[in-house]
Amino acid sequence: MAVPAAFFALFFVHPVAAIVARGLRDGGRWRFGRAGAVLTDPLVLDVLWFTAWQAAASTALTVAVALPGAYVFARLDFPGKRLLRALVVVPFVLPTVVADSAFLALLGRGGLLDELWGVRLDTTVWAILLAHVFFNYAVVVRTVGGLWAQLDPRQEEAARMLGASRLTAWRRITLPALAPAVAAAALMVFLFTFTSFGVVQILGGPRYSTLEVEIYRQTAQLLDLPTAAVLTLLQFCAVGGLLLLHARTVRRRESALRLVDPAHTSRRPRGAAQWALLGSTVTVVALLLLLPLGVLVERSLDAPDGYGFAFYRALGSEEGGTFTVAPLEAVGNSLAFAAVATLIALVVGGLAAAALTRRAGRLVRGFDALLMLPLGTSAVTVGFGFLIALDEPPLDLRSAWILVPLAQALVGVPFVVRTMLPVLRAVDPRLREAAAVLGASPLRAWREVDLPLVRRALLVAAGFAFAVSLGEFGATVFIARADTLTLPVAVARLLGRAGALPYGQAMALSTILMLVCAVSLLLLERVRTDRSGSGEF
Amino acid sequence: MTTHLRGRSAAALLVTALGVTSLAACGDSGDPAGKDGGETAAVTLVTHDSFAVSDDVLKEFTEQTGRKVEILRGGDAGTTVNQAVLSKGNPQGDVLFGVDNTLLSRALDHGIFSPYEARGLEKVPEELRLDRGKHRVTPVDYGDICVNYDRGWFEKKRLAPPETFDDLVKPAYKDLLVTENAATSSPGLGFLLATAAEYGDDGWQDYWKKLKANGVEVVDGWEQAYNDRFSGSGGGKGKGDKPLVVSYASSPPAEVLGQDPLPQEGPTGVAKGTCFRQTEFAGLLDGAENPEGGKELLDFLLSETFQEDVPLQMFVHPARTDVKLPEVFTRYGETIEKPASLSPEKIAENREQWVKAWSQLVPR
Repeated sequence: MAVPAAFFALFFVHPVAAIVARGLRDGGRWRFGRAGAVLTDPLVLDVLWFTAWQAAASTALTVAVALPGAYVFARLDFPGKRLLRALVVVPFVLPTVVADSAFLALLGRGGLLDELWGVRLDTTVWAILLAHVFFNYAVVVRTVGGLWAQLDPRQEEAARMLGASRLTAWRRITLPALAPAVAAAALMVFLFTFTSFGVVQILGGPRYSTLEVEIYRQTAQLLDLPTAAVLTLLQFCAVGGLLLLHARTVRRRESALRLVDPAHTSRRPRGAAQWALLGSTVTVVALLLLLPLGVLVERSLDAPDGYGFAFYRALGSEEGGTFTVAPLEAVGNSLAFAAVATLIALVVGGLAAAALTRRAGRLVRGFDALLMLPLGTSAVTVGFGFLIALDEPPLDLRSAWILVPLAQALVGVPFVVRTMLPVLRAVDPRLREAAAVLGASPLRAWREVDLPLVRRALLVAAGFAFAVSLGEFGATVFIARADTLTLPVAVARLLGRAGALPYGQAMALSTILMLVCAVSLLLLERVRTDRSGSGEF
Repeated sequence: MTTHLRGRSAAALLVTALGVTSLAACGDSGDPAGKDGGETAAVTLVTHDSFAVSDDVLKEFTEQTGRKVEILRGGDAGTTVNQAVLSKGNPQGDVLFGVDNTLLSRALDHGIFSPYEARGLEKVPEELRLDRGKHRVTPVDYGDICVNYDRGWFEKKRLAPPETFDDLVKPAYKDLLVTENAATSSPGLGFLLATAAEYGDDGWQDYWKKLKANGVEVVDGWEQAYNDRFSGSGGGKGKGDKPLVVSYASSPPAEVLGQDPLPQEGPTGVAKGTCFRQTEFAGLLDGAENPEGGKELLDFLLSETFQEDVPLQMFVHPARTDVKLPEVFTRYGETIEKPASLSPEKIAENREQWVKAWSQLVPR
């Protein structure tokens, strides 16, 4: 618990507290009076209402669309499943600038829908909601599906044999077991959409603004730190309150589950209902997730002299001048940063999850919520906080390369904790006790009992941490140096220039980012399957 | 670079294993080599995302002075300046490049710069030297924010493209213009300031009411306006349906760059009467670790070598008028004779309330 606590104190609490204090302190005195003025501003109230409303709607829609998907991926076997599983995560890690651009090509003026049916959804709430489903589909599928695949189907079968209907069996056996995972996933989606920035800004147009957009505007554009500080605290309160509530619900519902090898729980679809479910899931994934990604690929190949790889070839050269390194080198940087960030996230998040499983009490639950806070904190707050808090020896990290993976790990840790915690908590403590009685040291008990059971969750967590690190943009853009450019930052820089060449290069680089993510996730799937296939569970 | 990083990952593993407190040591190793003193210490340039320079030009600086240049980018221009304000007295680097006339007052009021008169300043026209006499900042380049038009679209419609602000509110140009959010985008802000310069403190709101009635569309950022909405982008095969967009006077040359052979005429043009001049400055950061290197870098930014590199790297005009411009610039670019402009003080005084009023009036 000491390591994660120190990590968060140093790289989250300290910087954020510093920037908030800068806003609220004036000549050595605290000025909380400012809060009243900001909080009664009708514009702020409008923003707050819209933030909460669209987040709730997005979450409901995402869960509704993705739950059948979670079932299909957990319980059904079909050709191409592994590939599809990897692909659905790709939107989640794409930088919003890129994904929004692809989305506009579908929904916007002159987009595909417009050409076919004259339907335009940009600058409407629908565009925001659909984009949120696009981005967060994987969160539900992975978090819920990961657990679902490990639930023993025989329990449900036993219930049915005892006379329960299919629905009753599901409601009484599977649903309670899944509830914590569903709640965790819904919470994550709510967090992401509550703090939505790029999607709301670009797809919603200037009419819509979330709290996060407002914090960014007040900090980065207007340098109105007092207002930004009040809004940051407001967002903290909202997010913190939700997290505490969630921690309580999850605790009440969690019980020791019988986890089994996922390789044995899925089978070929049988019956019309399962086929229909599979069909509709594939359709949703194809239309909502793959189509926008396909548009990216199409645009990256649409060179001035006909379809071809001209834009890709241009990426290798340094002629563009926007970079002191060729854009392709950003791929190497991104992978290296993401690997380091994943490692940090796994160590910090893994230790935190272990500590949270072992101990109980209000303090620990508070820590659980604290670990999630970075997801609900504006990147600009963290970035500016790093700038003013980590600027003096011995902790002058402003020019150190480790800053990028550290910032990325900050958003990776919550994923590790969220993915590990339900599974760790579901490990029957009696197994550990038995091991201890038989003379195993705590470490040995962990290695022999916990590790085999949570390896799958660990890999899923690693995959998530790696993927969010690859796509992390908000904090990276503040601290990335020219010679350590990451893929999303490179894409954003290219998109910021006029002309066919940079635009095409941006699309090509986005396609590469997409492929890198897909391949990494695909490899992960393979590692996992190989190991669990050897019957360790 | 990659091998360098790989070597470092092992270090990171160790650091993580040892606990976070040892990270400080790692921070030191991440510092640019040779920062510890002597003539060859690297000089750090803090700048925005759009900064660009040829490798050869940077090498020349290193050959001349024995110093390497470290480039630290901080997001867009506004964010970069705000970062510098926040880290005042203990700056991230030695020189800041990229503070423009819309942000200049904020930077100067917070006193983030040390005065230094760069060599070559006399070759910069008077009107760009906004900090005359005090030399806290040095003008390096300028660019004009103007309405761009899609030449092909107007030819097809047999309609003359608009030239002035007054044209834009005429019925012939209804529903054709897309601009950026003045609250979040610098060309958007520039266009708002241009109308304030043109129609005055009292008149600009009326103008925007007319513009709104004439169907102006507001999107959030330049990328979206230009890449997604403007029909003339991407070498003339833009996907959007708006033939008018607020962009830069140098966007047309950018559109033909990389085309072979060069077309007779660029696919886009500039409405010359709708421009707002943005001048970009550089300055020596107060409290810089390497002030000597910083001064040499400021001199270099005004050198012929760097100034000649500016147009094709950043698509703006060099501040010095005596350097050669590349062919795509002279052939496809426009020279704006009378751009709108406002003093930095006037901008600082009014920007917030104008943006606020604009936000209430236009996008809703």
